[in-house]
Amino acid sequence: MRYIFRPPGTDGAGLLSLPWHLPLEEWDRSLLLDVPQRGISRHVVRFVAEQGQVFALKEIAEPLARHEYALLGEFEEEGLPAVAALGICVDRPGGQDAVLVTRYLEYSMSYRYLFSRPHGDHSADRLLDTMVVLLVRLHLAGVFWGDCSLSNTLFRLDAGTLAAYLVDAETVERHPRLSPGQRRYDVDLARERVGAELLDLQFGELLPPDCDPVEIADSLAPRYEALWDEVTREEVISQDEQRFRVADRLRRLNDLGFDVGEVDLVTTPEGGVRLRVETRVAEPGQNRRELFRLTGLEVQENQARRLLNDIRAYRAYLEQTTGGTVSEAVAGHRWVAEVYQPIVDAIPPDLAGRLAPAEVFHEMLEHRWFLSERAGRDVGMEEAAQSYFATVLPRTPEEVTTPSVIATRH
Amino acid sequence: MASIEMRNIVKQYGDGFPAVNDVTLDIADGEFMILVGPSGCGKSTLLRMIVGLEDITSGDMVIAGKRVNDLAPRDRNLSMVFQNYALYPHMTVFENIAFPLRLAKTPDEEVKRRVAEAADVLELREHLERKPANLSGGQRQRVAMGRAIVRHAEAFLFDEPLSNLDAKLRGQMRTEISRLQRRLGITTVYVTHDQTEAMTLGDRVCVLRKGTIQQVASPRELYEQPVNLFVAGFIGSPPMNFLPATLEGDRLQTPFGAVELDERRAAAVRGRDLLLVGIRPEYFEDASLVDEAKRPLGSVFRAQVDVTEWLGDSQYAYIPYEAPEAITNQLRELSRELDSEELRTQAIVSIDATSRIREGREAEFWLDSRKVHVFDPQSGENLTRDAEAGARLTQMATEDRVEQVQEAQGHRAGAA
Repeated sequence: MRYIFRPPGTDGAGLLSLPWHLPLEEWDRSLLLDVPQRGISRHVVRFVAEQGQVFALKEIAEPLARHEYALLGEFEEEGLPAVAALGICVDRPGGQDAVLVTRYLEYSMSYRYLFSRPHGDHSADRLLDTMVVLLVRLHLAGVFWGDCSLSNTLFRLDAGTLAAYLVDAETVERHPRLSPGQRRYDVDLARERVGAELLDLQFGELLPPDCDPVEIADSLAPRYEALWDEVTREEVISQDEQRFRVADRLRRLNDLGFDVGEVDLVTTPEGGVRLRVETRVAEPGQNRRELFRLTGLEVQENQARRLLNDIRAYRAYLEQTTGGTVSEAVAGHRWVAEVYQPIVDAIPPDLAGRLAPAEVFHEMLEHRWFLSERAGRDVGMEEAAQSYFATVLPRTPEEVTTPSVIATRH
Repeated sequence: MASIEMRNIVKQYGDGFPAVNDVTLDIADGEFMILVGPSGCGKSTLLRMIVGLEDITSGDMVIAGKRVNDLAPRDRNLSMVFQNYALYPHMTVFENIAFPLRLAKTPDEEVKRRVAEAADVLELREHLERKPANLSGGQRQRVAMGRAIVRHAEAFLFDEPLSNLDAKLRGQMRTEISRLQRRLGITTVYVTHDQTEAMTLGDRVCVLRKGTIQQVASPRELYEQPVNLFVAGFIGSPPMNFLPATLEGDRLQTPFGAVELDERRAAAVRGRDLLLVGIRPEYFEDASLVDEAKRPLGSVFRAQVDVTEWLGDSQYAYIPYEAPEAITNQLRELSRELDSEELRTQAIVSIDATSRIREGREAEFWLDSRKVHVFDPQSGENLTRDAEAGARLTQMATEDRVEQVQEAQGHRAGAA
């Protein structure tokens, strides 16, 4: 047998003792982690925990495993929203298929699960819009997915907004750029797979009665086309409105969650200006990097923006109470120790792992604002946290508890 | 169902490289066409242009009499079969087949009719009310085919569908696909790099090399009347042997002795210094086992045997031979192009399983000179190809197909 791991391989080293010579279906249950809310798969998929981290193991033919492993590596380097591959195990005895090992995307849920119980904020509309953002992002990067479905799309909360991730790259083809036919076909496939899976949920009586599978599936293509057009369209504008129109376009793209790499303005013979924007395919990450620099916390982009705002507010508070200047770095450290960590530590053990700590903090801030507004005064962190843990956090169902937290409980 | 016509199709990428170069190909209504060739020959690109995944640089793609160059994939009404099918656990087998129609809001009665029809062809009728969890591997693949059938697509397209299956399921699926295509009589285009798949499945096979068509013919015509060295070397397993030869009168002098040519073939090759003679492994025999009546139809030679391979029902002997450097280089180049690992200056000859020829010894072989082909080593052209005989073979295959399709349609009409 051969194991191929991507450095740092220390994460995967503990996995080497697993019984790779056996088919995944025969692995002892004590080695495995039960992850209830996954989607459907054509292959045998199992989950294992190792030193607090959770990995997904998928049995597939070796050429496919190598293909997927290589692609997921590329995606990770380029910052495309996809799960990260750790390695593959090939040359297993008896001509068995290879096993692809990916890192479990913590605090994620499959679309299949979400559609079966949409709650308030995650309407079918928003879920679909997020999926379309993912498709557009992949297409901009020359990625033909070939299997976009509810089961193959994972979703994470990012400060109340949604972010979607590709979880299965088995069928992916990478091209320098996609032809319109490839994009349309990929959207057709997505429409069909999403529709079929919604019908399946309906047959299983898991779909809310107001969800119409055909209607939802049919809305995918127009949503996609609208976003693709917004992101890639070239427009001719007149020179005098140039500044305003460029700024307007960039703001719209940012609002849609896209970063612009380059703006290309070319004068036309008619005296106008042709505006072309080159949209970055990677997720924007400046807030995330900034937060990491100040606090060492790794969170998602919108969460980071939210936390950075709170650090700034805390810094102002510190400067006001001490009467001197407080450096950014000091404020960051004190904020973690005095504000953020106490909240995270106070999460009741039975509620831990339902939401990422940064998401809990975000929700708690929202709750504090809500309580303060109602009370007509700032209720303070402690009271807000108590109330949040008692009334809001329990609404996130227990079954979405992230597997790494479940693993450490045992 | 429909015909697919390609007229002077060119696919050029940004760097100017023509992945497909001036391909003209007619696929008849109901025909099973294979696109085959080594990697990089353009077969997948061609299929993708039929589907609408690749823009066509120039030329016309005509499906059912309609030019589709500018149509979106969905509007071409073709069906890519088995492209990563998923089975949905809460739906019955019936619904797992029916869902493309549900999504198209097809009326219930029509859905029932089409699914029943597909289930009959696929022999899934008694499974329709079951959940898919308990289906066997082969049955799951048939559900995937059912989805393609109920759409009533103009044609089925397959892109190396079996390449990731294990050998057993691959063989099973090959039979399954062939049977299904015959019963439905649906136009089918199938891409593969595997010449065994090509030979067993296709009514006609289109052999591609570096973006151009080499030959389009029935498997038998390709085998017996290949147009050039490339096709001759690609089709057949073990592959055709190529020996250096010079012409002396009506006889070819080869490392395995003189080979007599009939007048037609001798005339076709006259005037060239160096030739390549192509001999399929089964045109050889252990000379001691050849019938006296048959013996004069070929020539006999002695050679040292390197290795023998006894497979129970058949046996092969490996005979090394000397070749001038120009020929060796030519053959090495061909091997590389065909992704083949065979050492081409070693003949692989088929001998009867009962033959006592042993490795490391000299033995006497008989060579059937009636069926050898002679190639121009420079251009690769088959100088002795009998185009009429070839055309007859393909005509026979076409007649077989038409008859089978009519039978299938009659059968279905009768059943309805």
